[in-house]
Amino acid sequence: MTVRGFSFSAPFFKPDVPFMKSLGSTRRSFTPWLDADAKPYISFQNVTKKFGDFVAVDNLTLNIYEREFYSLLGPSGCGKTTLLRMLAGFEEPSSGEIFLDGVSLKGVPPHKRPVNMMFQSYALFPHMSVRDNIAFGLKQAGIAKAQITERVDAILKLVKLEEFAKRKPDQLSGGQRQRVALARSVVLRPKLLLLDEPLGALDKKLREETQFELMDLQQDLGLTFMIVTHDQEEAMTMSDRIAVMDKGTVIQTGTPAEIYEAPNSRYVADFIGTVNTFEGKVVEKTDKMTTLLGNDGFTIEAVTTDRSALTKDKMAWFSIRPEKIKVSRKKPEKQTNAVEGEIWDIGYLGDMTLFNVKLDSGTIMRASVLNAKRTVDDPIGYEDRVWLSFDPDAGIVLER
Amino acid sequence: MGSFFKRITIGLPYFWLCILFLLPFLIVLRVAFSEPVLAMPPFAPQFDLSEGWQGFVQSVSQFTTYNFQFVFEDSLYTNAYLSSLRIALISTLLTLAIGFPLAYGMARSPMTIRPILLMLVILPFWTSFLIRVYAWIGILKPEGLMNQFLMSVGIISTPLRIYNTEIAVYIGIVYSYLPFMVLPIYATLEKMDYSFVEAARDLGCSSIGAFWKITARLALPGVLAGCFLVFIPAIGEFVIPELLGGSQTLMIGKTLWSEFFNNRDWPVASTVAIILLAILVVPIVLFQNAQARATEANR
Amino acid sequence: MNKNWSAFNIVSVVFGFTFLYLPIVLLIVYSFNASKLVTVWGGFSTHWYSEMLSNQGLMDAAWVTARVGLLSATVATVLGTLAALTLVRHTRFRGRTLFTGMVYAPLVMPEVITGLSLLLLFVSIGFERGFWTVSLAHITFSMCFVAVVVQSRLVSYDMSLEEAAQDLGCTPFEAFYKITLPVILPAVIAGWMLAFTLSLDDLVIASFTSGPGATTLPMKIFSQVRLGVTPEINAVCTVLIGFVATGVIIASLINKRRMVNNARTDADI
Repeated sequence: MTVRGFSFSAPFFKPDVPFMKSLGSTRRSFTPWLDADAKPYISFQNVTKKFGDFVAVDNLTLNIYEREFYSLLGPSGCGKTTLLRMLAGFEEPSSGEIFLDGVSLKGVPPHKRPVNMMFQSYALFPHMSVRDNIAFGLKQAGIAKAQITERVDAILKLVKLEEFAKRKPDQLSGGQRQRVALARSVVLRPKLLLLDEPLGALDKKLREETQFELMDLQQDLGLTFMIVTHDQEEAMTMSDRIAVMDKGTVIQTGTPAEIYEAPNSRYVADFIGTVNTFEGKVVEKTDKMTTLLGNDGFTIEAVTTDRSALTKDKMAWFSIRPEKIKVSRKKPEKQTNAVEGEIWDIGYLGDMTLFNVKLDSGTIMRASVLNAKRTVDDPIGYEDRVWLSFDPDAGIVLER
Repeated sequence: MGSFFKRITIGLPYFWLCILFLLPFLIVLRVAFSEPVLAMPPFAPQFDLSEGWQGFVQSVSQFTTYNFQFVFEDSLYTNAYLSSLRIALISTLLTLAIGFPLAYGMARSPMTIRPILLMLVILPFWTSFLIRVYAWIGILKPEGLMNQFLMSVGIISTPLRIYNTEIAVYIGIVYSYLPFMVLPIYATLEKMDYSFVEAARDLGCSSIGAFWKITARLALPGVLAGCFLVFIPAIGEFVIPELLGGSQTLMIGKTLWSEFFNNRDWPVASTVAIILLAILVVPIVLFQNAQARATEANR
Repeated sequence: MNKNWSAFNIVSVVFGFTFLYLPIVLLIVYSFNASKLVTVWGGFSTHWYSEMLSNQGLMDAAWVTARVGLLSATVATVLGTLAALTLVRHTRFRGRTLFTGMVYAPLVMPEVITGLSLLLLFVSIGFERGFWTVSLAHITFSMCFVAVVVQSRLVSYDMSLEEAAQDLGCTPFEAFYKITLPVILPAVIAGWMLAFTLSLDDLVIASFTSGPGATTLPMKIFSQVRLGVTPEINAVCTVLIGFVATGVIIASLINKRRMVNNARTDADI
């Protein structure tokens, strides 16, 4: 299946992925970061930013490629907005340098950078109409009047706001304001568009629609997008790659699937989605398999994915997503990767059902079951004894 | 921000205030330590810059604390300070007594008329202070409108003597500073959730109890702000005691004025000013602390 | 009607506003008094207004006051706006504490002290007292009031508006001039009006810093009031009150119309 020249569900290979399998559906076969010859479009090199004693960004090195949709994901205060503001020119790095298309941005004031930003508050000029807001940057650039009209009309059409051109920002709905802000920042055709929590002010339903609109716009215009968000779903949906940040550093960069299925640390595993984490001792480790004796009294056999110093007798984490766990009344045949417990809570969500299962050790384990059929013969109820089991490649062993 | 624009933004007002606020203040300080002489300007020593640093040192060595001794020893000045504080305090309490019910009534008024009431409180701000004080002369004079009215309805038979007494000063201060009291109290009461009072009633408070324990308590920051906003300027007030208080009302602003314009004793006037400022520092610091706490609590 | 709006509340509000407005109303009423005695009503007359207009001393003072007011309000607005920008945006520069202190201190400084200190300055540097010294003095204290008014607007101003303007190609000054200034303009105008009325009202500081030939209206009123209350002064006061009230009401009407206009465009589309 191809959309606009990009094939969907294209498998790609990476040594870290067990059994050379693919990690789920991805957006398109666009992987310049795997190409050793590709030149990064934006490059942060050992960038540190301090505000007084507070280190907002700590010796960070990042490469972003042309036409990439790149997300900075992290909790508030992790330094992601500072990173964006350094690119836009509102903050200067305390040390290190930022390159855009091979040119250092050091000392270049914001109004001279070929970078535009869409602000979290939208920052629409309240005393100007929608049209004047969008035309502002073009006028500033000294573009001829006729051309300004033409370009503004085109972009108004693109964001479906033609009828609202004469309105003032305070006469628009939240979604319309968001589109004006977007139009205003892309009308200049910046080399790079920075988006600070672009969907943060919208309600959930509108946010989901707008995510796809943003993706389409980015592909239509062939722009490079760098987006800051604390919403993992948003980052997962839209991005080519995600950088998960914490306390001024990048913990992991990777495609949404890599981040979700192959987190490199417990922090990333916990931050994205829901995860069950068990502590255990490594009892055996081969190139293919790692066996843990879990503190909760069952043996875990997992595919070896890390190339780290994890060796026998060390303590490790095992993380597994709820949807990868099977729930059954009968004991599975295999001795490993199976544990018994009692149904503690049931959450029926419609598309799936969540089971909180209390293991005999007292730990609560979450499993989610897709409701693929409308009816179930023997529904699992409260206080039922059930078995939870999973495949060796369903979870991941993480270093402590 | 561009460094040139930034430099202008900071530099221009900074420079202006240094020349026209800080420097004059330092000069007052200096004159307070000088001796009065019959000359123009009427104080000594003068800085003689033609003799450079030597001249400066020489001038400084002639400084005297005589004026401070004089002001502290003469009961005229100490009485003026004390009576200023007393009048300011009494007026503040009177303003509170009138201002609180007004603010409370406004905050409880129907939503639709609140903006109009607020406008009516703010409007006197814009009208001249002098005119508003002047307006009371015609009312308070022995043959004035108030006595005419009271005598015609038969409440009194001889005119009340209010004009040129301290009572007239209280009236003047309460009248002039009432908006300063009403606005902060109104602001706190207006944003107060009335369901607090209802909750207190629900939990067994009488309506008066609920008023004291909830409304009055929550309005306290506004009340404090209002009191300071009246008390601080009232201490140094000149126009009101001058026009309404007559010769027997002693207030320090008046004393400073007459020391300067009538006695032409600039050093003593400066000394009076410096001591007045020293007195004002206490309520100002208290006020700022209260304000800081209020903003902290709002966070 | 609000159920909490009790009789007690109504009485306090009525009493409070009567107290606030009755003296002014009486002053205005008695400016139309035919009698020479201020306190005895002798019939309606505009006699004192023509008397006022033919009083050269009063007219001169009014002219001085108008010039001082316009000049000082304008300069004070520029300086006060800059000071407000500094207070809100530039949190780190050498001497900021001193700067903040100097902006707030004149607000609480007794007028007698401000007047005295400025006079001493003008005497020390040998500056001849008159129109210019009064104007300088008025600029200095009213700029601080302007700063406070503009500052309170700037605090709630979204700084990202100015950043967005820079992002779209404005220099910092352009961003201020094209975006911030229009947005905060109502506050700046309010600051100007406040500065103008402060200058118009000021008696004490003008008395200290003025010289011969630069008697302001409040000084003139004050000297006449000391001699006794006259209907002519009532007339002057009435004109002043009318002037200021008209200004304030026009300003609030303009403000209101703008809001209504916005609402109307909303309804049109």
